[in-house]
Amino acid sequence: MAEQKEKPRKVASMGMVPYEMALGPTWTRFFEGFKEKRILGTKCNKCGRVLVPARPFCPRCFEPMEEWVEVAQEGTIVTWSYVNYTYFGVTPDMIPVIGATIKLDGVDCGTGMWTQIGGFDIKDFELVTKKVKVGARVKAVWRRKRQGNFRDIDYWKIIE
Amino acid sequence: MGRAVAVIGTGQTKHGRRDDLSYPDLVREAVKKAFEDAGITPKDVDGVVYGSMPSMMEGVAYNHFYFADALRTVGKPLFRTETCGSTGQSVAHTAIHWVASGMADIVLVVASEKEHEGDAQATMMTILEPFLMVTIGGAPVAFSLQSREWMGYYHIDEDKAREAASIVSVDSHDGGLNNPLAHIRVKLTKEDVSKAPIITYPVRLYDVCPVSDGACAVIFASEEKAKKICKKPAWVKGIGFRGEEYFIGDSSKAVWQSTIEASKEAYKEAGITNPLKELDVAEVYNPFSYQELMFLECLGLCPPGEAPDYVIKGTFSPGGELPCDPSGGVLCCNPIGAAGLIRVAEAALQVTGKAGEHQVEGAKLALSHAMGGAMQFNGITILGSEL
Ligand SMILES: [Zn+2]
Repeated sequence: MAEQKEKPRKVASMGMVPYEMALGPTWTRFFEGFKEKRILGTKCNKCGRVLVPARPFCPRCFEPMEEWVEVAQEGTIVTWSYVNYTYFGVTPDMIPVIGATIKLDGVDCGTGMWTQIGGFDIKDFELVTKKVKVGARVKAVWRRKRQGNFRDIDYWKIIE
Repeated sequence: MGRAVAVIGTGQTKHGRRDDLSYPDLVREAVKKAFEDAGITPKDVDGVVYGSMPSMMEGVAYNHFYFADALRTVGKPLFRTETCGSTGQSVAHTAIHWVASGMADIVLVVASEKEHEGDAQATMMTILEPFLMVTIGGAPVAFSLQSREWMGYYHIDEDKAREAASIVSVDSHDGGLNNPLAHIRVKLTKEDVSKAPIITYPVRLYDVCPVSDGACAVIFASEEKAKKICKKPAWVKGIGFRGEEYFIGDSSKAVWQSTIEASKEAYKEAGITNPLKELDVAEVYNPFSYQELMFLECLGLCPPGEAPDYVIKGTFSPGGELPCDPSGGVLCCNPIGAAGLIRVAEAALQVTGKAGEHQVEGAKLALSHAMGGAMQFNGITILGSEL
């Protein structure tokens, strides 16, 4: 075979696929609650735990969780991280953000949905490390226009 | 656990940015080396196991179709096994179960990723279920949240955790310098690591694994075949795997039950009661240096909440009581689907004295580990030089 002169190259490709995820009755009601600024959990009658987001069945007992409970909109930070990099779909104007897990008062788990801390100049990193701590108290701040999805809670504000 | 099983050959590609090769060629590079290492041919193999991250990573759905020839699976049974970051352990376990059961004598296991053909973070984070969809931060934020939870739970001083994570990163990068196949091969100081740009605080640039292309192949055999074919097999002493609940807030990620239980199972099977003393080397899955600290505890290698102290006193450094990731670990090379199988291959190299410049002198018992999912899965394989 003759000596190869070309540098190996690539061929570009792009796929776009729309998805529609069924929420089912429990998660539909959970997000309907968001429209009314209410955070709803469900309670397992076997182990007694209240979980948020509301669950159709208890992950541990495998029993249906049919008892609805409106829970507190205040809680405690379990963990947090300061996101300061970009990648596909994340542009420089979208960062920084502070992701967190929050244990709401009276709930038996941490928030299992995207949760972010805000309400002050989070570009000021010194300020962030002063205000945001494991154990700090926070409160939900809702968007003015709510659409019944996880974005309806705009951010969680630190209670000073 | 059924019949005894051994590793009789391993092969890894040169990891890194491999735009020079098509994806099937990359897979072939590892497979060919494994056959050469074992001294057998594809016709000796009874079946093939393959795994990678989800197809969207490189845009080829069911990529085992694309690799059928490179995997030498034509005319043979094929299993695909996939559990996210823990895929590499899962494919190994699939083969170990297969051989241990007596249904096969020799099984080829292959795992790969060619991350420069797509966008790993986009794949992992842009399409998720209704509670996490279109979030910002990718895998680094998930595991940074876990690390912070661990620091908060044990009230670990921020500066102490920072120092220990920097040592983990420096040690791994020194390992990478000794491993000609590693992707990242640079000399770093603790200061380089602790002053690097923030990615997902507390995690900084050199606390994070790279985006890598690479493949790994490992051949497993029954006792009878291993003794016939291989002068120095690496024997499977114990395995363990655990999954846990999906919603991240439902259980503690600081006291990570899936790591704890998976390792306990593997230690029990291997007859290990004091892993820190009995193991000679550990290939801990460490895509994030802070996460390795937590793993050291959950793998039972030091008391809970004390990993920073043990790391700072050098227990897991080269020449320490239990050197971790002498290959450079995931911090120096992360073709995700393959990364867990590379840990198995590296453990086999160590206990058979074939690890070259990164050999831990006289290693007889080695742990390999990987984790995956939304902080959800952990797999362990322990290999030894004696049956
Ligand atoms: Zn229950």
